Amino acid sequence: MPTAVGEASRRGLVASLSVRGVTVAYPNGTVALRDASFELGPGTICGLVGINGSGKSTLFKAIMGFLSPTAGDIRIAGLAAREAQRRHLVAYVPQSEDVDWNFPVLVDDVVMMGRYGHMGFLRMPTPTDRRKVDEALDRVGMTAFRRRQIGELSGGQRKRVFLARALAQEGLVILLDEPFTGVDVKTETAIVDLLRELKAQGHLVLVSTHNLGSVPDFCDQVVLVLRTVLAAGPTATTFTQANLERTFGGVLRHFRLEGQELHADDDRRSVTVLTDDERPVVFYGERKASDRPRGRSGEDKS
Amino acid sequence: MSELLVPFGYDYMVKAMWVSALVGATCAFLSAFLMLKGWSLMGDALGHSIVPGVAGAYLLHLPYALGAFFAGLLAALGMAFVRSQTRLREDAIIGLVFTSFFAAGLLMVSINPTSVNVQSIVLGNILGISDEDARQVVIISVVTLAVLLLKWKDLMAVFFDEGHARSVGLNAGWLKILFFTLLSAAVVAALQTVGSCLVIAMVVTPGATAYLLTDRFQRLLVIAVAIGTLTSLIGAYLSFFLDGATGGVIVTLQTLTFLAAFYFAPKHGVLAARRKAAISGGRP
Ligand SMILES: Nc1ncnc2c1ncn2[C@@H]1O[C@H](COP(=O)(O)OP(=O)(O)OP(=O)(O)O)[C@@H](O)[C@H]1O
Ligand SMILES: [Mg+2]
Repeated sequence: MPTAVGEASRRGLVASLSVRGVTVAYPNGTVALRDASFELGPGTICGLVGINGSGKSTLFKAIMGFLSPTAGDIRIAGLAAREAQRRHLVAYVPQSEDVDWNFPVLVDDVVMMGRYGHMGFLRMPTPTDRRKVDEALDRVGMTAFRRRQIGELSGGQRKRVFLARALAQEGLVILLDEPFTGVDVKTETAIVDLLRELKAQGHLVLVSTHNLGSVPDFCDQVVLVLRTVLAAGPTATTFTQANLERTFGGVLRHFRLEGQELHADDDRRSVTVLTDDERPVVFYGERKASDRPRGRSGEDKS
Repeated sequence: MSELLVPFGYDYMVKAMWVSALVGATCAFLSAFLMLKGWSLMGDALGHSIVPGVAGAYLLHLPYALGAFFAGLLAALGMAFVRSQTRLREDAIIGLVFTSFFAAGLLMVSINPTSVNVQSIVLGNILGISDEDARQVVIISVVTLAVLLLKWKDLMAVFFDEGHARSVGLNAGWLKILFFTLLSAAVVAALQTVGSCLVIAMVVTPGATAYLLTDRFQRLLVIAVAIGTLTSLIGAYLSFFLDGATGGVIVTLQTLTFLAAFYFAPKHGVLAARRKAAISGGRP
């Protein structure tokens, strides 16, 4: 079965994202991002991490071309944002959907809209389009709800519908703004599995999250933001305690258990637990500034 | 019995019926979109905004429909522009723009009186419509309907979620301009049949009625257009017996359909809600 990525590479397009020296300001004068730069290539899941108001959603909107940078350059698969949109290369699931929930469309119809870019002038769905919609709904576990009007769903279910729409769209680059907030653990696991599959197919997935603990589990790259890009690179070398402390300042809940508190022997290593949200990230080692992140998605908060 | 067939014996009645039906269908199609965006009052606003266009066309010796169309389009685009630049709500923007246009129009008319029959603009005059005007109305309606039939899915996507529509490669800005162009044209056509006062009903009621009857946009369009067409056709026919007030009859019929849907709609109607309440344990 031809994949979206295979098809695109035949057209000479590679899933990549390049953000260079980007500054984004809102009309009220707030400069949400200043001189942000990073590069990502195909077959990547990149975690976008930062405190509330650090500019994660702003970055997504700039990549989508909804906000134009006042300086710098954004390239998607080597193309400017507008051109990438015209070729429907980027799928985006916003943090909160700004849609009219009373709009007379069923779940089915919404997901089918993700296929519009693949359809002809009259937007008549082909059997392939229908199959992709079925698959996408199945992937997010919403098949049973497909005939519901979208307003008749719970918050987490609504989120899954828009995720399904992005999947059906088959963008080379997939942007997910906090897909895990408000969804249950089962769905979260399903979404992570899904992201891994997309990565294996060569997609580039950029996902913002506050679940620091699960970042090392599934992200191979991270971008740390605080009104600019503080650090970007492979998770193993970038998602370090030192970098996280810079990214989160004093905002993180921070627990440190010294060796003596943990065991009687003279092992001098200590456990450091950093948490921004429900899932803490745990560092274990000799010194505070360990560079070996080890994510643990434990429920224990202390 | 033969009494009922009398209207069909008059050419002007036959013409009035099918021209009304065509305009009714066009307005109903547009009403489905307008209602969803909270733009329902735009029909009314455009009906008033055309006045400076009519006055200007008179000054320049152009067909008045042309002036009306451009003034309407300018007003619609003006509203869309203010909307995109501010956080003002739709109702304030629509009120702001159309009163400015209307005032400009009144000013122009008072400085340079026109011979356009104001009453025929306000009340419409389908029974006395000239062949020339009828042809104009038909062309506008057919073109508008054709474009809507080809592009309704794209317009729906833009109206539902503009950001997403852009991301699948639709040109949202262009589609919106297209929509407002069609709307302005349809309003001008409707003016000649039902008059500016009742244009608003034509571009609100069918969509609102259909909204109560279905949760799917495609069906909503079909139902709205069916209501718009039938009420206009029957309304024009009935107006023969009621001596003239075509617009009034059409809109009364539309209101009656709305009331019927309001009570009897299978899912969103008042009766259905009571029935469900009764089934689920009888809380009033
Ligand atoms: N529409 C807007 N107008 C003006 N300023 C804004 C607007 N949206 C966001 N901001 C500001 O821009 C900054 C970045 O906001 P952004 O939404 O990108 O944060 P975020 O990293 O996504 O945060 P969160 O974790 O809460 O989602 C914040 O300081 C915010 O107050
Ligand atoms: Mg955000």
